[in-house]
Amino acid sequence: MPMIEFKNVSKWYDRFQVLTNCTTKVEKGEVVVVCGPSGSGKSTLIKCVNGLEPFQSGELVVNGESVGAKETNLSQLRSKIGMVFQHFELFPHMTVTENLNLAQVNVLGRSVDEATAKSMMLLKRVGMEDHAPKFPGQLSGGQQQRVAIARGLAMDPIAMLFDEPTSALDPEMINEVLDVMVKLAQEGMTMMVVSHEMGFARKVAHRVIFMDRGEIVEDATKDDFFGKPRSERAVQFLSKILHH
Amino acid sequence: MFSGFDFDVIERSLPYLFKEGMTFTLTLTAMAMAGGIVFGTLLAMARLSSIPMFNVPAATYVNLMRSVPLVLVIFWFYFLVPWIGGWIIGAREPIQVGAFWSSVITFTLFEAAYYAEIMRAGIQSIPRGQVSAGQALGLNYWQTMGFVVLPQAFRNMLPVLLTQTIILFQDTSLVYVLSITDFLGAAAKIAQRDGRLVEMYLFVAVVYFIISFSLSYGVKHLQQRIAIIR
Ligand SMILES: Nc1ncnc2c1ncn2[C@@H]1O[C@H](COP(=O)(O)OP(=O)(O)OP(=O)(O)O)[C@@H](O)[C@H]1O
Ligand SMILES: [Mg+2]
Repeated sequence: MPMIEFKNVSKWYDRFQVLTNCTTKVEKGEVVVVCGPSGSGKSTLIKCVNGLEPFQSGELVVNGESVGAKETNLSQLRSKIGMVFQHFELFPHMTVTENLNLAQVNVLGRSVDEATAKSMMLLKRVGMEDHAPKFPGQLSGGQQQRVAIARGLAMDPIAMLFDEPTSALDPEMINEVLDVMVKLAQEGMTMMVVSHEMGFARKVAHRVIFMDRGEIVEDATKDDFFGKPRSERAVQFLSKILHH
Repeated sequence: MFSGFDFDVIERSLPYLFKEGMTFTLTLTAMAMAGGIVFGTLLAMARLSSIPMFNVPAATYVNLMRSVPLVLVIFWFYFLVPWIGGWIIGAREPIQVGAFWSSVITFTLFEAAYYAEIMRAGIQSIPRGQVSAGQALGLNYWQTMGFVVLPQAFRNMLPVLLTQTIILFQDTSLVYVLSITDFLGAAAKIAQRDGRLVEMYLFVAVVYFIISFSLSYGVKHLQQRIAIIR
C-alpha cells in the first residue's frame, strides 16, 4: 500500500481549475520531488495531502485513510504528517523549544518533560540545540527553517511535506537546510518535496513529478526525468532552471 | 480670580469621591474591559467564521451596538437586564440585578462590539501561513486560535485595546444618568449638596484628564516597545 496515493484529484477555485485529474503515488520511504512553473499547482497539490486544501473530485488516500472522506479525523491525520513551509511559519511569540513542544504536548499528549527531551534531541540533529531558548525573530532564515523541520519531526511523522523550503532563503543558507533534508531522505523518511533545487533532486529523489497548469505532465524516475524527459514543456522548464 | 470659590470642598470630600466614586468607576472599567475583550474576541471569531449561522448574528450585533448611542443602551439595559436575567433562569419575576451588575453587563455588552472590531483586525493581521502551520501540526480550530492566532493578535492590538479602554473609562461616567455613585456621580452629589458646581466639575475634569493622559502616555510607550520586539 502506498503511503500517499492521488487518484484523479481535481480542484477548482470557482470556475478556475487548479488541479486536473492528478494521479500519482508516494511509496513508504520514497522521496518525490515536485517541480513546475509558478502557478502550476504544486503547493495546492501537496496541501491536499494533509487536507489544508480541500478538493472537489477524485480520491486521495494517505496511510490508508481517505483525506476527503467525512469520517476522517483530519487533525489526527495532520499530526502524523510533517509540513515545512516556504516562509518557515514558526510561531514568533514562542521560543524555539516552545515551538517544538506545542503540538507534542497539546496534540500527542506528551508531558512537557518528555516533549522537551524529544525537542532537544531533534534540535541537536538539525544543529540548533544552542538556540533552543531563542525566539524565531533572533534566528537567520536558514536557522528558522531547520527549526521548522525539527518541529515537524517532533511529531514522529510517517511522511514529511516540503513546500519550496529553500526558495525564501539567501543563497548562502540554502545548503544548511538541504543538508538536513538529504540526511532525512537517506534515513528513509517518506518525503514529498516541492522544489526547484535540482541538485537535491539528483542526489536523493527517487522520482520527479513535473506539473504545468494543474496537470501532472511528467511522473518519472529520477534517471528518466533528467535523462530523457518526454514532454516538450518539461524539457523547456529544465533548460530554463538548469541554466541559471 | 478664584475668590468666591471654595476649593476646600474638594479636600473635604476626597475620601468619599475616591473611596466610593473612583472605586466604582475603576472596578466597572476593569470588569467591563475583561468581559468586553473576552466577549469581543468571541464575536470577532464568529464574524470571521465562514458559517452564516455564526457570522450573520455577530455582524448584526456589532453593527447594531456601534450605531446606537451609549446612553440609550444604558437606559435600555438598566430596565431590560432584570427581565432578561429572569427569563434566562426561568423566573417569573424580573431578578434583582442591582445598579453595579447592571452597569457591568451593559458596558461589557456595549464595549464588546468595539473590542470585537479591534480583535477582528488583529486576527486578520496574522498571516494565513500561521494558521496553516498550526493546522498542519494537528491543532484543531480552538487550539490554533488559542495558541497561535489570538496571542499574536492580542499582542499586536494591545495599544489599540488599551486606547479603547481609556475611552471606556471615560464612558463609564455615563452611568451617572442612573444616579449611580461613580466618580462623576459622587462629585455631582457633593456639588449639588454644597452648591459648589464649578469647583467640583473642574476637579472631576482634571482627575479624568490626568488619568486618561497618563494612560495614553503609557500606551504610546508600550507601542514603541512592541515595535522593537517585533
Ligand atoms: N485562494 C485562491 N483563489 C483563487 N486562485 C488561487 C488561490 N490560491 C491559488 N490560486 C491559483 O491556483 C494556481 C495554483 O497555485 P499554487 O500556489 O498551487 O501554485 P504553485 O505551483 O505552488 O506556484 P508557486 O511556484 O508560485 O508557488 C495559481 O494559478 C494561483 O493563482
Ligand atoms: Mg507554491
